[in-house]
This record gives sequence, C-alpha cells and structure tokens, in this order.
Amino acid sequence: MTQATLVMFAIFVAMALIITYWAAGRSTSRRGFYTAHREISGIQNGWAIAGDYMSATSFLGITGLIAFYGFDGFMYSIGWLVAYLTVLLLLAEPLRNTGRYTVADVIAFRLRGRSVRAIAAFTTLTITLFYMVAQMVGAGSLINLLVQRISETYAIVIVGLLMLIYVLYGGMLATTWVQIIKAALLLAASIALSLLVLAHFGFSLFAFRDAAMSANADGRTVDLLHTGLFFSGPHGAFDVVSLGLALVLGTAGLPHVLMRFFTVPTARAARVSVGWAMALIGAFYLLTTIMGLGAGTIVGQHDIGKHLRDTQAIRYIIRHPETAPQLNAELARDGYIGPEKNSNLAAPLLADRLGGPLLTAFVAAVAFATILAVVAGLTIAAASAFAHDVWYSLIRGGEGSEREHILVARTAALVVGFAAIFLSVGLRTVNVAFLVGLAFAVAASTNAPALILSLTWRRFSRTGAICGMLAGLISSLALMAISPDVMGDHAIFPLRNPGIVSIPLGFIAAILGTLIARDPESEAMFNQLQVRANTGIGAEI
Amino acid sequence: MQHHHLTASEWDTLAKDPEFLALLRARRRFIVPSTIFFLLFYLALPVGIAFAPAFMNQPVVESLTIANLYGFAQFLMAWVLLAVYMRAARSFDDRAQALVDRLTAELAK
Repeated sequence: MTQATLVMFAIFVAMALIITYWAAGRSTSRRGFYTAHREISGIQNGWAIAGDYMSATSFLGITGLIAFYGFDGFMYSIGWLVAYLTVLLLLAEPLRNTGRYTVADVIAFRLRGRSVRAIAAFTTLTITLFYMVAQMVGAGSLINLLVQRISETYAIVIVGLLMLIYVLYGGMLATTWVQIIKAALLLAASIALSLLVLAHFGFSLFAFRDAAMSANADGRTVDLLHTGLFFSGPHGAFDVVSLGLALVLGTAGLPHVLMRFFTVPTARAARVSVGWAMALIGAFYLLTTIMGLGAGTIVGQHDIGKHLRDTQAIRYIIRHPETAPQLNAELARDGYIGPEKNSNLAAPLLADRLGGPLLTAFVAAVAFATILAVVAGLTIAAASAFAHDVWYSLIRGGEGSEREHILVARTAALVVGFAAIFLSVGLRTVNVAFLVGLAFAVAASTNAPALILSLTWRRFSRTGAICGMLAGLISSLALMAISPDVMGDHAIFPLRNPGIVSIPLGFIAAILGTLIARDPESEAMFNQLQVRANTGIGAEI
Repeated sequence: MQHHHLTASEWDTLAKDPEFLALLRARRRFIVPSTIFFLLFYLALPVGIAFAPAFMNQPVVESLTIANLYGFAQFLMAWVLLAVYMRAARSFDDRAQALVDRLTAELAK
C-alpha cells in the first residue's frame, strides 16, 4: 500500500508541476499572479471553489465524524452547503464587481482610510493562517499514519515546500487548475467508495439503514441516525447552535474562497461558479455521508480508532506533555495522536476494507493532493493580503512598479509559507477540528459582518467597521482561549465554538460604532458602490 | 467598458436613475425574503435538535426521523433556491445590460 500510494502521489505532483510550468509565463504581473488575468470561466471557478471546500477537513474529517457520531457529523455538511446561499445571494456578484485583488479591497472600497484596510488585512491573515495550519497538521498526521517512515515533521515540510513551488511560479492560474484536477480526482474516489459501500449492502438502502441504526461502537450499539452523539453533555444544545451559526456565516468571510470571485470575467460568471460549486459540494457531501456511515458500519469504530482508549486522559497528556513524558512517548510510538484525528482515517480504512490496496493508495494519494491544493489557495490569499493591502496600499501608498509588487507578492508567499510550516511543526499535536472551527468563527465574526454591512447599509461607517472587526476578532480568539478545547474541564467558557457570542458581538459592535460616529465621506461613496455592484460599471477587467 | 473617469456627481446621477432604482428594488425584493427564509429554515435544524431532541428523533417514514428528513430537506432547499435565483438573476442581468447600454450611449453624446 505504501509504495503504490507514493507512486500515485508522485504522479499528481508531476502533473501539478507541468501545470505550474505552463502557468509560470502567465503569472508575471499582479493581475496574473492574484487573479489569473480574470480569465477563469464560471464552470472552472465552480470546480475550483468546490475543490477549496472539499478539503482534508471535509473528506477525512466529515467522513470520520459521520462514522463515529452519525447525524451530528452530517450537521457540518449541511451547514457548509447552506453557507453558499449566503455567498450566492449577498456576496458573489458584488464582490466580482467591486473587488480588485483582496477582501479588504471590497471592505475599504468606500470605507477609505488606513485603519479599516489594516484591520481587514490582519483578520484575513489570521483566518488563513489558522486554516493553513489546520490543513498542514492534518497532512502531517495523515502521511505519518499511512507512510510510517515519514515523520509528521517531514510530511509537513514536504507538503509546504511543494505547495510553495506551485504558488511562487504558477500563481493563481496554477493554483486554480491544481484545485480543479484534485476536485475531479476526489469526486471520482468518493463515487467509487460510495458504490462499494452500497454494493456491500446489496444496493439495498434498507439494509444500509438497518446497519447504520445498529452500528457497533466499541462493544456498544449506537444508532447513527439519532442526534446527540457528538453534541452531548450539559452544553451540547448551545454548542450545536453556535457551530451552526459559525458554519453558515463563516464561508462568507473565508478569504481563500471569496478571492476566487476576482478570477472570473463577469458577475454572471461569479454567480454561475457558485451554482456549480453548490451542485458539486452538495453531491460530495451526500457521498461523504454514504462513506461515513459505511465506515462506521463496515469497518467499525473499534478498528478506525484502534488506539482510542481513554479520551480524557489522552487529551490531558496532549495538553500537558511535560507531566507524562514516558506515557506520551508510548502513545506516539503507537501512532496515537488524538481521537478526532484518529477518526480521520475512516475513509482510507474503508477503501482498504472494500477496495483493496490499489484503491486505498488512490484514496490516500488524493487526500495528500487535497491538502496540497487547499494550502496553495490559502497561501495566495494570505500573500495578497500582505503584499497588496499592507505593502502596496498602506506602506507604498499605491505607488511602485509592477516588478516591485510582484516581487513583494512572491516574497510574501514565501514568508507565509515558511511561517505556516514552522507553526504547523510546532502545533502538530493540536486538534485539527479545533483550528478549523477557530478559522470559521473568526471569519464569521469579522469579515462577514464587515462585508455584508459595507455592501448593504448606506450609513455603515469606518468606526463601525473597525469596532465590528475588532470586537469579532478579539471575542472569538479570547473565547476560544478559555474554551474546553484549551482549558479542559476547568474551562471558563463552556462552549467549544464561540460563534453564538462572537458573531452577534461582531454585528452589534459594527452597528453601534456606526451609530456613534457617522461618516459622511463613506456615506457619499455608497451611491457609487451600489451602481458598480449592481451593474458592473467600472468593474476591474 | 471602463468608467474610472466618472465623477462623484455622475455616480450620484446614475444612482438616482429611475431604471436603476427599479432594478435595485427588484433585486432586493428577491434577495431579502430569500435570505431571511433560508436562514430561518436552516437555523430551525440546529435549534430543533438542540432544544427539542425528542421531537426531532421521532421516526416518521421507514424509521427515518424528523431530523434525518429535515437534514436532507436542507440539501433540496439549497438546490431549489439556487435554481430559482439563477432564473431570476437572468432577468436582472438583462435589465442591468440594457441600463448599461443606454448609459453608455448617453455618456458618448
């Protein structure tokens, strides 16, 4: 299995390098590097957005969550699909019509002034870094578990360096095409696995349902169609609502997804791309449901989480490694990393059980490819926030040659890439779901209110944007820092996801700030924003 | 078509154009109710399983529970609303294009 995995992964890397070579000549300007010359078609962009969304978190994470917790895991899929309605109805077309290279461009379109852009760039960098570290830590543990000769650290470094080559030379064009190809491969793998699951039950949905209703969970029988397996305990009810809010609004603030609307030629193409993305993502989530329930019933939780023993004790050790170095070393030798990460192996193990070594190798190689492609998109989002917002707009005041800016953009990508590699190596034992949850909560509490209010509310002022983004950022980070994921049993804030508090706070602070300090200059610009957003007049081409 | 040279007062004139205002109203009439609808339709699911788990876990059809069916209904809702919006947006596009053509002709004079 190991060798076949490596060969297939090498084939994908080679393909991606060929694309990069082809794209390199077209990525020598900022327009090329950040937006692929706005020549990506609606369908292509739809596949790329879907690819961004079918990340390791979705493919491995959701399949694992559904295998272990059934319907509660499915809640993630629902939230992530419905979230695209927010993007479709409120953001895709106005973003295409008013944005140039970054999310901050849209927020600062009429809220001119350095502080708004600086904070928007900072929230973008925060969100993308959390998301990147989550993906790369996931890559590290996955590769380490599948190919034990490669340690987590090496795996993270390899993924990081490969990704940097695509981004530095191929820019947005290469990143988009790598994402499209990966999305197609991932869908193919998911369809194959789902068909095998259905075939296992003789294509009888009734037999499949009966198995899901009496899955074996380490000796206990659980009904995977029943709610409350994941969100349990005294605060489970508020946790599920909090997560639901963060999921449905978080996508509207994710820089690496929103940035894709700058790569299409027209608002219509932006809309069409959301349509394709919603069709593909929805289909993919239905497949992950089949795969997840299949893994939960056919492979069984016991085999997926072989090393899962005493969750609480192990969490404590991960958080306080100094207290139990011996036990920790023992766990590391066993390949044990954490309960959520262990459930990450549900999809590869299902492939192993049903399809044999070749299919497993294919699934594992696709999982690596997924992480690589998603991290590349995130790097461009972070690099453009630094190079375009901080350097070009704030430090150089919009001056400087094209050569200078493309150089800064590449340097920023390099810096961000290495920062992510170092952070990921340092944080390689942190729970991946926690990091992704944090990224969504920050996005939903900062960028989402600022973008939505800036595009729809005439009175929205600079003070409002600054108050909203700061309140959302600080409250989501602070609440995460005192949540059970960080503080364990003695957490001050009882919920794992801060969304239920930080998202309303972000909106309320934005509204209060606006009411306190009016801003005639920004109000006067609203007419121009509205005409541009709704007609495409004056849009970047 | 590039309009970077438009002045602030020209943008304001465009923003007060009756046809433009009509387009804006038509878009708003679609987007505001649909957004409120899908947010309520969606949030009812987490709120339901959070605060009325017994109700949501009642089996209705073939042992599938209300939560199961409502969960899949979210997919249908998302896709149907997508299709409806894509249809409506085509007419918005046509109106926006007609508006842009007219304004371009006027500006050229």
